[in-house]
Amino acid sequence: MKVAKTGNEAFAEAMRQINPDVVAAYPITPATEIVQIFSQFVADGLVKTEFVAVESEHSAMSACIGASAAGIRAMTGTSSQGLALMWEMLYVASGLRLPIIMPVVNRALSSPINIHCDHSDTFGARDSGWIQLFSENVQEAYDNIIQAVRIAEHPDVKLPIMATTDGFILSHCLETMEMITDEDVRAFIQEPPERANLIKSLQENKPITLGALDLQDYYFEHKRQSAEGMFNALKVIPEIGKEFGEKFGREYGFFEEYRLEDADVAIIVLGSTAGTAKEVVDRLRKDGKKAGLLKLRVYRPFPAELLAEALSGIKALGIMDRADGMSASSGPLYPEICAALFDSPRKPEIVDYIYGLGGRDVKLEDIGHVYGELFQIAEKGKKEYTLKYIGVRE
Amino acid sequence: MPSLKQLAKRDERFLSGHRLCAGCGEGIVARMVTLAIDKPLIACNATGCLEVASTIFPYSSWNIPWIHSAFENAAATISGVEAAYTSLRKQGKIDRDTVFLAFGGDGGTYDIGLQSLSGAAERGHNILYVCCNNQAYMNTGIQRSSATPKAASTSTSPMGKVIPGKIQFQKDMASIMVAHNIPYVATSIPGKWNDLTSKVEKAVSADGFAYIDVLTPCRLGWPHEPELTMEISRIAADTCIWPLYEVVEGKYKLSYKPREKKPVAEWFKLQRRFDHLLKPANQGLLESIQEEVDRRWEALLAKCGG
Repeated sequence: MKVAKTGNEAFAEAMRQINPDVVAAYPITPATEIVQIFSQFVADGLVKTEFVAVESEHSAMSACIGASAAGIRAMTGTSSQGLALMWEMLYVASGLRLPIIMPVVNRALSSPINIHCDHSDTFGARDSGWIQLFSENVQEAYDNIIQAVRIAEHPDVKLPIMATTDGFILSHCLETMEMITDEDVRAFIQEPPERANLIKSLQENKPITLGALDLQDYYFEHKRQSAEGMFNALKVIPEIGKEFGEKFGREYGFFEEYRLEDADVAIIVLGSTAGTAKEVVDRLRKDGKKAGLLKLRVYRPFPAELLAEALSGIKALGIMDRADGMSASSGPLYPEICAALFDSPRKPEIVDYIYGLGGRDVKLEDIGHVYGELFQIAEKGKKEYTLKYIGVRE
Repeated sequence: MPSLKQLAKRDERFLSGHRLCAGCGEGIVARMVTLAIDKPLIACNATGCLEVASTIFPYSSWNIPWIHSAFENAAATISGVEAAYTSLRKQGKIDRDTVFLAFGGDGGTYDIGLQSLSGAAERGHNILYVCCNNQAYMNTGIQRSSATPKAASTSTSPMGKVIPGKIQFQKDMASIMVAHNIPYVATSIPGKWNDLTSKVEKAVSADGFAYIDVLTPCRLGWPHEPELTMEISRIAADTCIWPLYEVVEGKYKLSYKPREKKPVAEWFKLQRRFDHLLKPANQGLLESIQEEVDRRWEALLAKCGG
């Protein structure tokens, strides 16, 4: 069914359809509406969910950890400072192998305080053991959060997952999208597969201890197991994406290649900027210029091998980093892409572009300028710089 | 309330083999509290001595489902467990009457965990929260907390040439919990098994959030002779430094009135953290502490109706 929804409405509707047993959440701009709309669903009896209106994001994640450890499906949602406040518990959730599902609205981190989009919040959580899915538009956000349930709960994965939208650009933007029926969503997400949990252990009278002290003799093995879950997610994510495609007509992989096959230059981009960039690619192609684009959907696990394959043969590659790693070197995405391509026999020249911090508008001309530079680099066969800030007064 | 004989026949829920110190009050409190609950039980622990010493992987002293997630969030974590249970019960998938119990030290309760504790109490989850209050951050090496008594020498409020230990009196945590208008709040000690057992029973039968603050001697941090654990907790009650009372639905009731109220020095003299306090130079400080303890005791008696 075609409907018009904002990113936040789409997330909230998906949560209603997923119908989790427990939601524990705390409001934060621009993600507030998700929990607000959802609590109306609770008040109207449209979901079976026990809603825990916690006093902070730290407690939201802690309560989700308790609930998920009790064996049920738990969700929360947040953004920016809220995610930062959860930080400690993000690692606990993944370390305890709890498939918690969380929509996140990407927003800049303080200071200075800002409520608009960039990717520093979730990029910062890249090492926390959470799977991360990015969305170009409201449709993808909706589709991602539904697939997220299956990915996180897959017995070979058992890791928490976040699906993101760009703050305000998607969270508050009304778009038409295809909504799946409640029955079809429930059939797709299935009943959660069984896993060891507190309530089951109580009922079977076989007590379990979760969150034990793990010293030099066991900690490494448990971390290695979590890492294995992430390796397994590399297999599971495209399987679920394919199944989703077969059922609903929209197939998902790790990334989307847009006019990339014969491209001389390309950019890598995450989130809503991909839409703007595709328009630029189309215009360049009209002028006979071989421009392409790769839109990364899955940031964790990082599909390094597949990226290397897809980008091999590109002469000049621009990394669009919507975060600054403050490393005096590059944004966070650049080194990972470089590492992925390091062993490739046909490595492109790679340049990092830090853009759009704190919701700074990204115009067609900005992206066009990036492609212009990349074509020059491709022509010369050599880059003269590795990092540029675009769209900023310097 | 069960007799000691009946309690002794119950299945142990906190087992021996843990690595708490000899004479540690926490192990005794954990055993007594879990033994007093005669229902299916799920427990959560804040980070602290009790947690690290009882669950060194692959071993565990907990003969019940148990979870630890972090330091400041035992109340939030157990509220998630309770919410999961409530959800399943409403869905008709589970029907066993289950008790949800959280343990925190005074660090995890009075200080870093105060926010999540207040949140869980305000939301009114069906939880019993027990504070094993040993009056300092013992697990990290005896640093002062807001539960540390005035003049106690700790590793971050050391007795020095110009400062005689901790400057402030301890926070009145039980009153803070009473202010949440929860159905049950109490103080207790391990040294009176019947006091603690009956309070745990009342707490779990209360409809909503319950809080028990148990003064829990730490033989390493106070420090005291290990065989004095139970006795020293009783002297805290006899000196009225740690009065025993309960607040049921907002109504104060004294649980124990010492026949003869002992001077505070009787409690201080058994613990080396107060050694300096008993020296003549600190006579004035000792007297001021006695005065404050007396004032708080009188105020409590007034709340309890004389």
